[in-house]
Amino acid sequence: MSININSRPGSARNNRTGSWRVDRRPKFLRQNCIACRLCLLICPEGIITGKAKNSFETDYVYCKGCGLCAAVCPKKDIEMIPEDTETEG
Amino acid sequence: MKDFIEGSDAVARAVALCRPGVISAYPITPQTHIVEFLASMVADGKLKSQFINVESEHSAASLVLGASAAGERVFSASSSQGLILMSEVLFNIAGMRMPVVLACVNRALSAPINIWNDQQDSMAVRDSGWIQLYAETGQECGDLIFQAYRLAESPEVRVPVMVCLDGYLLSHGLEVVDVPEAAEVDKFLPPYRPAEKLDPAAPMTFGPLAGPDYYLEIRHDLHAAMRGALKLIPSIAADFSRQFGRNSGGLIEGYRLEDAELAIVAAGSVCGTIKEAIDALRQEGVKAGLLRLITYRPFPEEAVSAALAGVGRVAVLDKAISLGATGPIYADLATALVHGKNQARVNGYIAGLGGRDITIETIREIFTRLSGEEVSAGFVGLKG
Repeated sequence: MSININSRPGSARNNRTGSWRVDRRPKFLRQNCIACRLCLLICPEGIITGKAKNSFETDYVYCKGCGLCAAVCPKKDIEMIPEDTETEG
Repeated sequence: MKDFIEGSDAVARAVALCRPGVISAYPITPQTHIVEFLASMVADGKLKSQFINVESEHSAASLVLGASAAGERVFSASSSQGLILMSEVLFNIAGMRMPVVLACVNRALSAPINIWNDQQDSMAVRDSGWIQLYAETGQECGDLIFQAYRLAESPEVRVPVMVCLDGYLLSHGLEVVDVPEAAEVDKFLPPYRPAEKLDPAAPMTFGPLAGPDYYLEIRHDLHAAMRGALKLIPSIAADFSRQFGRNSGGLIEGYRLEDAELAIVAAGSVCGTIKEAIDALRQEGVKAGLLRLITYRPFPEEAVSAALAGVGRVAVLDKAISLGATGPIYADLATALVHGKNQARVNGYIAGLGGRDITIETIREIFTRLSGEEVSAGFVGLKG
């Protein structure tokens, strides 16, 4: 087989790493958020977005469920919940 | 135009005729003359290239890798410690399929420190994925440069090429060399137009990670490209011969092999001495011949096996050694003859390390020893 060893930029987006999550995902409670942005800064995937208080969210297509956002939140406003509870969002 | 010049000058003039966009190298004996000649041409405005000074051979190799990825034809040169300092990058250049051409002016490796000729440096990087061509004469030093660019840049190959020339013997030896006209070279070597290159206007990633799921296939692709080069090398040499009216390059050269009973296999400038020795031995009734390896990587097993079909005893002369085993050419040749079902007895000899002179007498000694003890790595000329 002949493989093109060079690649187009942005091709890492094709890896939908959300499938790597084992059993928990972050839930943004949006109750006590102070918009400190620590969750956005610490996310290793760079997929947490938001500006105003109680507006932050993640992209579950890529979220690996590492839990860093929940651990860093000073207001404990992000909770790691079991995958089989509630719907995503 | 014929001129009386060093092998280094022949390489530099050939490189200039190929018009590389970027040249980078770090001075090291005995390679330095090549890049000094090129630096002069650039400084005098005779060659429109960027000559970029760097702080080490590792940087020189990295720089030509980057410039090649950006779509330029590039050149570098080194020797000995410089070449092995480059070795990390040499593997990257080959793995990224960059058609870099590099002249290796062969010199011994430290320690003990020694600036004289043998072929241990290029042999130490023989597994890096570079094509390796070995010149016999000053003329061939230049001629192989033209062929190296043609070969490296062929879309079906895209493998870097190392042109190896023996330090001092070729690099500093003066010979009459026919240097072609620019128009002739342009007919032989088209401009380099890569299918993909690094360009901020159309971003690409070169050299990304490949995990266990594809690394094996990518290495196989490189291996297959090198095996494919075995077919292309003779056809490029034939094209060269048609264009320039002389024979240079190719896979192998046979010298008085047709009816030979004994033969030596070797690479590089020592083949000139071996030819002289063979002429003398023939006059004495000894049916001796030479198989000169021009292409060492990829190794031309089939051509070698066919050329040695009728030979009873074969001596391999290595100017390098895989310490604790055998000379590198010996190992490859013995393997080729097993696969080719040749019946020849093969002995391996190590000679000329660190610049020890190989004379006609040394070659006679090898032919004499070939009828005696079976050895795989017999040192020649060892002081008791």
